Amino acid sequence: MLPVLRRASHRVASRSLATLVLAEHSGGALNDATLSAVAAASKLSGDTHVLVVGAQASVVATAAAAVEGVKAVVTMAGDDKPVAESVTTAVLAAHKAGGYTHILSASTSVGKSVMPRVAALLDVAALTEVVAVESDDTFKRPIYAGNAISTVQALDAVKVLTIRPTSFEKAGLAAAPAPITSLDAPTPPAEPASWFVSEELSKSERPELASASTIISGGRGLKSADNFKLLDGLADQLNAALGASRAAVDAGFCPNDWQVGQTGKVVAPDLYLAVGISGAIQHLAGMKDSKTIVAINTDPDAPIFQVADYGLVEDLFKACPDLEAKLKAAAK
Amino acid sequence: MSKMRILVGVKRVIDYGVKVRVRADKSGVEMENVKMSINPFCEIAMEEAMRLKEGGHAAEVVAVSIGPEKAVDTLRHAMAMGADRAVHVLAETEGMVPLQVAKLLVAVAQKESPGLIILGKQAIDGDCNQTGQMLSALLGWPQATFASKMTVADGGAKAEVVREVDGGLETVGLRLPAVVTTDLRLNEPRYATLPNIMKAKKKKVDKLTPADLGVDLAPRVKQLLVEEPPKRKAGVKVTSVDELFDKLANEAKAF
Repeated sequence: MLPVLRRASHRVASRSLATLVLAEHSGGALNDATLSAVAAASKLSGDTHVLVVGAQASVVATAAAAVEGVKAVVTMAGDDKPVAESVTTAVLAAHKAGGYTHILSASTSVGKSVMPRVAALLDVAALTEVVAVESDDTFKRPIYAGNAISTVQALDAVKVLTIRPTSFEKAGLAAAPAPITSLDAPTPPAEPASWFVSEELSKSERPELASASTIISGGRGLKSADNFKLLDGLADQLNAALGASRAAVDAGFCPNDWQVGQTGKVVAPDLYLAVGISGAIQHLAGMKDSKTIVAINTDPDAPIFQVADYGLVEDLFKACPDLEAKLKAAAK
Repeated sequence: MSKMRILVGVKRVIDYGVKVRVRADKSGVEMENVKMSINPFCEIAMEEAMRLKEGGHAAEVVAVSIGPEKAVDTLRHAMAMGADRAVHVLAETEGMVPLQVAKLLVAVAQKESPGLIILGKQAIDGDCNQTGQMLSALLGWPQATFASKMTVADGGAKAEVVREVDGGLETVGLRLPAVVTTDLRLNEPRYATLPNIMKAKKKKVDKLTPADLGVDLAPRVKQLLVEEPPKRKAGVKVTSVDELFDKLANEAKAF
């Protein structure tokens, strides 16, 4: 516990290189994306410290302290559902105490909302969706929907980054837990300019899309929301998460948080099964780093076949039930 | 309460349908003779501003773009969609980072004093997803990113925004002025009709420079290299579900 306190109080005298990772959590549990962010932070030369903000900070801190590569955990009290503005204030307060060289988070909806604010208030550039850490100041990130990879050098003193979780292995468990300290939360404004109203989370029994090892995605070819249920049986057999193309979401076949692509989620499972998806570049940007890609489509010229390891030109309404039956028979 | 002004940021980018090619010297992507268009998320921002104006919440919609001479095409597109006038900050955007764009927009916002600024959630060229958040932070205004629905209430004093977040949807309340960034499902942008395209040619475009706005454009990030992503090995077409199953089980060892 002491080293962190010492660093906080004698910051100038004993400043050492360190990276602050903003932890994300829900329901008292640390998100997998944070484990990837810690793994990315471990590639930098400084120690990795994790900041946990929110009503359940102390519970989540215990989990964060047990992650491999974490040297210290800092907790700060906050709202149960904090808005981006208050998380930003918390990150800046932790940075003031710790004097970090790098501040990073995963490229999730929280990270993407908060990190650019942090960077702007520190008057430094931010680098988002980083897929590789080349050195302490040089990073790779995709541009143009993943059709080009840019290597960039950040010239500002503090580097603010968000990392693409699927590009970094999740950090494992540490041999011994890291020390946990708490910092006082900054005083909230008397009249906040933004506030949480409500949330409507999609309920799913299936694995989480972003971290699933198998994903089955449906596109316009499924023709209706009812037909989307055709994928349930296959997903059951493969313990897969369900995804979708933008066309399927826009047509109302499935909820929007299923969308895979440049503007939805970026995934890289072991197996990605694209059913009735043509393969527009915006969709490919979200899944082309999958280990094995399978496409089922009636159109032999669909662009999806250019990235698919295995392509089957057949009517999905026949192929999906057939494949499901085959998997069922094999399971027995 | 007098009706507010809405400022909409629009960016000129390579058209989303174009397959970009990396330059042979790896300094960037080919920009010569490539079709350029308004960034799709900016078009959604423009549409939302028009709907708010048509709903009686705004008196004026002003489109702003930062870019070279040609960026005026994007402003004309925004005005053909209904923007009343435009502000063009003439600057070379290659090498500019979102922080600098945000600072230029802060200066424009200080001149225009809008009650609401709407931007796209990201531009499809740099894929940064930063400018709106940075602008909001620098102005000290609240933000709502990834908006899929928005309602202005209390005579323009407040707004409620439904946001697309990882697990579903979240609703936040904002005190205006605020910055909102648009997600895909916020609306379906209107087409510019020929008469409106003609009318847009007569609308006013104020020209400014970064020097006028007092923003320092010294490089913050150096682009070292732009490369093609690693190519996937060519796949095979299988002829039946049986063959697909066999390949997945025995060759790819996928299950």
